[in-house]
Amino acid sequence: MSIEIKKIDGITKESTQAAIDQVLDLYPEKGRKKRAPHLAPNDQESGKACVKSNKKTVPGVMSARGCAYAGAKGVVWGPIRDMVHVSHGPVGCGWYSWGTRRNLMTGKLGVDQFGMQFTSDFQEKDIVYGGDKKLKTLLSEAKELFPLAKGISVLSECPVGLIGDDINAVAKTSAKELDIPIIPCNCEGFRGVSQSLGHHISNDTIRDYIIETREFAEPIGPYDIALIGEYNIGGDAWSTKPLLEECGFNVKAVWTGDGEMEKIAATHQVRLNVIHCYRSMNYMCKVMEEKYGIPWIELNFFGPTKIKESLRKLAELFDDSIKEKVEAVIAKYDPVCQAIIDEVRPRLDGKKVMIYVGGLRPRHTIGAYEDLGMVCVGSGYEFAHTDDYDRTTPEMPDATVVFDDASEIELEHFAHTMKPDLVASGIKEKYLFQKMGLPFRQMHSWDYSGPYHGYKGFPIFARDIDMAINSPTWELVKSPF
Amino acid sequence: MRQIAIYGKGGIGKSTTTQNTVAGLASIGKKVMIVGCDPKADSTRLILHAKAQATVMDMVRELGTVEDLELEDVLKVGYGDVKCVESGGPEPGVGCAGRGVITAINFLEENGAYTPDLDFVFYDVLGDVVCGGFAMPIRENKAEEIYIVCSGEMMAMYAANNIAKGILKYASSGKVRLGGLICNSRNTDREDELIEALAAKLGTQMIHFVPRDNQVQRAELRRMTVIEYSPEHKQAEEYRTLAKKISENKMLVVPTPLEMEELEDLLMEFGIMEAEDEAIVGKAEGVA
Repeated sequence: MSIEIKKIDGITKESTQAAIDQVLDLYPEKGRKKRAPHLAPNDQESGKACVKSNKKTVPGVMSARGCAYAGAKGVVWGPIRDMVHVSHGPVGCGWYSWGTRRNLMTGKLGVDQFGMQFTSDFQEKDIVYGGDKKLKTLLSEAKELFPLAKGISVLSECPVGLIGDDINAVAKTSAKELDIPIIPCNCEGFRGVSQSLGHHISNDTIRDYIIETREFAEPIGPYDIALIGEYNIGGDAWSTKPLLEECGFNVKAVWTGDGEMEKIAATHQVRLNVIHCYRSMNYMCKVMEEKYGIPWIELNFFGPTKIKESLRKLAELFDDSIKEKVEAVIAKYDPVCQAIIDEVRPRLDGKKVMIYVGGLRPRHTIGAYEDLGMVCVGSGYEFAHTDDYDRTTPEMPDATVVFDDASEIELEHFAHTMKPDLVASGIKEKYLFQKMGLPFRQMHSWDYSGPYHGYKGFPIFARDIDMAINSPTWELVKSPF
Repeated sequence: MRQIAIYGKGGIGKSTTTQNTVAGLASIGKKVMIVGCDPKADSTRLILHAKAQATVMDMVRELGTVEDLELEDVLKVGYGDVKCVESGGPEPGVGCAGRGVITAINFLEENGAYTPDLDFVFYDVLGDVVCGGFAMPIRENKAEEIYIVCSGEMMAMYAANNIAKGILKYASSGKVRLGGLICNSRNTDREDELIEALAAKLGTQMIHFVPRDNQVQRAELRRMTVIEYSPEHKQAEEYRTLAKKISENKMLVVPTPLEMEELEDLLMEFGIMEAEDEAIVGKAEGVA
């Protein structure tokens, strides 16, 4: 399949390479050598990763990466709404990961629409004598306090792995005694180079402890699918799930946004897995494909162009009744989106965005910006692997800058050379750019907004981006930098 | 596949005993892997004829992360096709050696080192089980069989009893069992009777009495097991016997560790310890 080669005026491979060389010059020799393969001008035609990735962060630079525990607690396990999630270790990790990712949950306000979170709050004595007994007590207390919880995940923090507590053994005996699934997850923060390993470890524990342990009550139908790698940030799943249902599908389970343990456990029965965040959940899609023969398809629900493309790709796998419904859905929402585009596009046309986020957004959101008339001048991931960059190359315009595990100095430098009108990145980068007087959106948690997925999300996305870039505030800011 | 862990007081001869026993098993056609779980990394040198094998943790330190490590970097094959791995770890006084053991064993599991053709996996573990890391080899789905190397010396027997306490903890929650005591003789008086008596009290057996013989040291000078260095020597026969006994052992028990007083009584009975005279405690020489 040939792709349209996108060019941006004033950006050539030479100019981008020159910008990269300038920033590399700022490093001492050893750092320069290590960082060089992680920065490159995009070669759109190649369709292949342009940069090296998934390597240890160079010491001494500001990295936006998280840890394996963050990947397990914050991303994969944390969003499951009917489980108690135990941060096993000292209190800080549990506290700072308490609902901060904005993976929303269904329930009554103030009663059960928050995640059930515990920490074992390790003290000196627990390090010295081991925390097994404390964990055992905690698990029975959790069961007593939250009798409706369908399961408990035990997420190891660093010290648990160091003192070698056997949480697997405790989980096993307590699960039997309390008659509730207890899933031990050895996701100590120091393992691996980023949060990415935490995703992988968590997928492995789902494979080992959850999948196939339940069945759906009702018989399986031809349109039964699961939505994988959708974490309901700012309510994303409440946009994508109804959308797929409107297209004629039964979304039997969502992994793991607003997720339910028992539905996740029965997902081995579905006909197809639809994956959104490939990075964090491709492992289980592959397991389910191998073990149960369930095919999977990667879709993109950002912006009407990509949504349309994705829904049609999905419909291709099904019969005419689905195809008709999909076309009807597109016909219904396309004009709504077009009206929004007609309104905001004149204010956003030609504006440049630079993206630096996590799992899927550095490539998946590009189309949504393009729907608004904007162009992407640079993009990169905190913790991606080669297969993510392979998928990114065709989405990014040619010769724009690709940066892997970018440091603060690199991002600052690229902001000067690529001259974006908007930076879409995370909380750790936010203040750097705002101090530069640059419009910024925090695209990990949708900056307290959302949803951004699906047709329900696009109007909100368009409004937020318009507001960020065209706010008169920026004219009042004189940045000294 | 039977997974076996060897514990015992530091310096008692665990590594020598393990390697000679493994060589004995290999000589009767068994497929064996040794996993050294000691930062000193001397659990495979007699099988590999090497000074020190590149350890898992050495390679991790060099590469930066365990994810970049390949199995063939750390798994070497020596005498009798015995597969050898050393977990490695920091020099004394820094870092966390226990985590090194956990990292290494996880790595071996994830990278398919435990192939189905193996008859035995031996874990040669650091003398004292100082933290959870050194109990890793006896966690669930790992070693289910433990042998304690000891001698007729007081501290070796204390250590053996302490290790039995540790096994009791893991045995009550899992499948790990004590297979017996291996007496690595120091030529003390009535040593065999003493270890047999200790074994009986622990609810186990003295699986073999390995006599002291300098042939072991002569072989070690050439970084070889006795089995390979002088297969006809009587000491080689001792290790082959031990290997055979372990191979055929069916007596796997949950140990019954002794209370301190009980252990001291036993030592006194064999004349290794004298009864304490409370009247002289804390008094300097020449006083009273």
